[in-house]
This record gives sequence, structure tokens and C-alpha cells, in this order.
Amino acid sequence: MSVYFLCLILFCIGLYCVLRKRNIIKIIIGLGIIEYAVNLFFVLIGYRAGGRAPILAKDQVVLNMVDPIPQALVLTAIVIGLATTALMVAIAIRIYEKFGTFDITKIRKLRG
Amino acid sequence: MKNNKEPGMTLIVKTITRLTVGLILLYGIYIVLHGHISPGGGFAGGVIIALSFVHLMLAFGREVALRKLSQAAASILESLGAIMFLSIAVLGFLGGYFFLNFFLNKGRPFSLFSAGIIPLCNIAISLKVGAGLFAIFVAIVLFSRDSGIPPDDK
Amino acid sequence: MELHLLLLFMIFAAVAAVEIKDLLSSVIAVGAVGLGLSMVFLVLKAPDLAITQLVVEILCLIILIRATIKKDLPLIRDGRWFFNTASTLVFIAVFLFFAYFALKELPSFGYPIMRVAKEYIAQGLQKTGATNLVASIILDFRGYDTLGEATVLFTAVMGVLAIMRRVGRIK
Repeated sequence: MSVYFLCLILFCIGLYCVLRKRNIIKIIIGLGIIEYAVNLFFVLIGYRAGGRAPILAKDQVVLNMVDPIPQALVLTAIVIGLATTALMVAIAIRIYEKFGTFDITKIRKLRG
Repeated sequence: MKNNKEPGMTLIVKTITRLTVGLILLYGIYIVLHGHISPGGGFAGGVIIALSFVHLMLAFGREVALRKLSQAAASILESLGAIMFLSIAVLGFLGGYFFLNFFLNKGRPFSLFSAGIIPLCNIAISLKVGAGLFAIFVAIVLFSRDSGIPPDDK
Repeated sequence: MELHLLLLFMIFAAVAAVEIKDLLSSVIAVGAVGLGLSMVFLVLKAPDLAITQLVVEILCLIILIRATIKKDLPLIRDGRWFFNTASTLVFIAVFLFFAYFALKELPSFGYPIMRVAKEYIAQGLQKTGATNLVASIILDFRGYDTLGEATVLFTAVMGVLAIMRRVGRIK
């Protein structure tokens, strides 16, 4: 129970960073922290006390495995998170070349 | 200083890169091919293969790395991986429904040629992920027109 | 016990990443959060995820550092700072308060309800022939989701290539 709460505190730190910072790179960092917290929450739900990794071995004696379904869902989510972070960084580079700054309060003019 | 004339990093980094970049590529291929026996699979192996090419580009400059795998070749490889994965899925329609495995037997467990279509799917996904991530990195490095980095460097 | 210690380390590194003013230092702190997450995946008995998270974290750090090098700028504090920060903290406090009541309904940590997973574990080797159960789930039992993931990755790569195209003529 307290482990879930620590995971949610990590999520709230990322949320604070997205809401309150003015630098675009800081906002991208906050979104990255939110992704880590969500993936961690998924894997925490599937943990079984005293279990083993969901891979069969030749000489196993106990068949008490952790839940493999959340691990299968998070495996693709990690790589998708990398692709969306790269897309955001590409947009940030283009914004810097056009406006000359990373500050979001100065990028309000949509002309040109 | 002597560093500014030739592209890439110092001599120590270049020597270590020459020794290890082939091993990194081989390790990535090993993780992809043994995806149904040991932990790993197509996604982790594909990212490791992309990392070996990124290592080559960071240490030697962009010309040497683009000679090994140009940007057009990376795009073609990525589309090839996607088409291969989709055709394995659609081929299951001949046997019943989506993704049905009817033409490869399951084999003995713990051997390399087992588990039906899973190794083929792993290879297709590793091609797609590896070539796609390398194409992203080349696009971000090549086409950003900032004033800090001259075009002959990195 | 080590799970709590690793989570506290990740929270500490995340606070450092949010509050440091230098861009390069905060990117390195986010790298520390990612590596701590890889260790937490190992403690939770998920070796596939630990390998993938480690290498994805390294590539993400390379791309982020490439974007932020030589591009620092100083930031100032403008007016209405107190009201903005206070309203954000009130919102986060309300969110955590309601999350506490939602977290009490979950099964306790370490005893999941595995109704579908019991079937996958019991019949996975016999139906697919693969000994890695996670690989057999993402490529055989739930292959359609992996097809969707390949489509999302393809779209993201095409988006980056379309944004970073070299503009034709210089007027």
C-alpha cells in the first residue's frame, strides 16, 4: 500500500514540473517522469510475493510465477515512450530555430 | 588544437570503438534470436542494434556512419520490417483467423528452432525498431540548422 | 525493504531534476531516475523489462543531450507566482487525497488476482512452444496489440522525418 503511494508521489512530481515550468526542455523532462511512474505502477500491480520471473527453466521445482500480463503491456509502452520523447525533442529544436528561445511565455505569436 | 580539423572524437575513443562496435551488434542479434528462450525479445534487441550504429556515428563523425547505413537504406529497412510483420499476421488467414500458426511446427522446448512463428516475428520487429530509431537519430543530427555545430563535425 | 529504498532514491533524483536550473544537470538527473527504475524492475522479477528500460534510457539521454547542448538561457520569476504555485499544490493535494481512497480498493501488494494469467501460465508452453512466457503473450496470445504498437512507432518515425526535413530554397 505504501509502495503505491510512493509511486503516485513520483507521478505528482512530474505533474508539478509540467504545470509550473517555463522551459520546454523542463516540460519534456516532466513528461518523461510521468511515463516512468505509470510504467512502474503497472508492474507493481502484477507482483506476487515469493514468486519468480515468468520464464520456464529446465530444472525448476516451484511454479509460483509473477503475473506476466502487465509485463507484456509495459514492454511495448517503454519503446513507444522513447519514440514520443524523440518527436517532442524534434519539435522543440524547430521552435528554437524559429523563435530563438525556449521560453513558452514568449512563443505566443503564431505569425510567419 | 588538433581536434578541430578532423571529425569525431579523440584517438582513445576511436580505438575502443573499433574494438567493441562489432561486439555490440553481435550481442543485439543474439538477444533477438534467443527471444523465445531467454529474456529479451525483438524490442530490446532492436534498440541495441540501433545503439551500435549511434555509437559509430558519435565516435567517428557522420560521414563514416552514413557510409555504413545511409538514411535511405534505414527507411527501406524499417518499411521492410513492418511489411514482414504484417504479412506473417495476414498469412494466418489462410489457416483460420488472424495470426494463426499453421505452417511451422512447435518443436522441442528450449531449442533454437521452436515456437512456431515467434522467432520470425522477433526478427521483423527488431528490424523495424532498430532502423526506425537510427533514422530518428540521423534526422535530428543532420537537419538541425543551429549555429553551434559546424557541418563537418559529428 | 530494498523496494522502498530504491523508490526513495528515484523520488529524490526526480526532485533534483525538476528544481535544478542548469539544463544539462537536470537531463543527467532524469537519467538517474531511469536507471533506478531499471533496478526496481529487476527487484520485481521482470528481466525483460529491465533490459529494455536500460537501453531505452541510454538512447533517450543521448537524444536529449543532443538537443540541449549550447542552448542554455536564464529564467526569471514574474508576477502571480504565489497564486500559481499555491493552486497547483492544492490541486495535487486533492488528487492525492482521492487517490488514497481509490488505492484502498486494490488488492494488497503481493497478492494479485490472476484469473486469465493462470490459464496463460498453465497452457503457455503446450500451446505455443516458447519457454519465455512474456514473449509468447506479446507475439502469440496478444499479437494484435503488437501490430498496433508497430503502427504507432512507424507514425512517430514518420513524424520526426517530416518535421526535420531540409527546407528547399533559401529566399
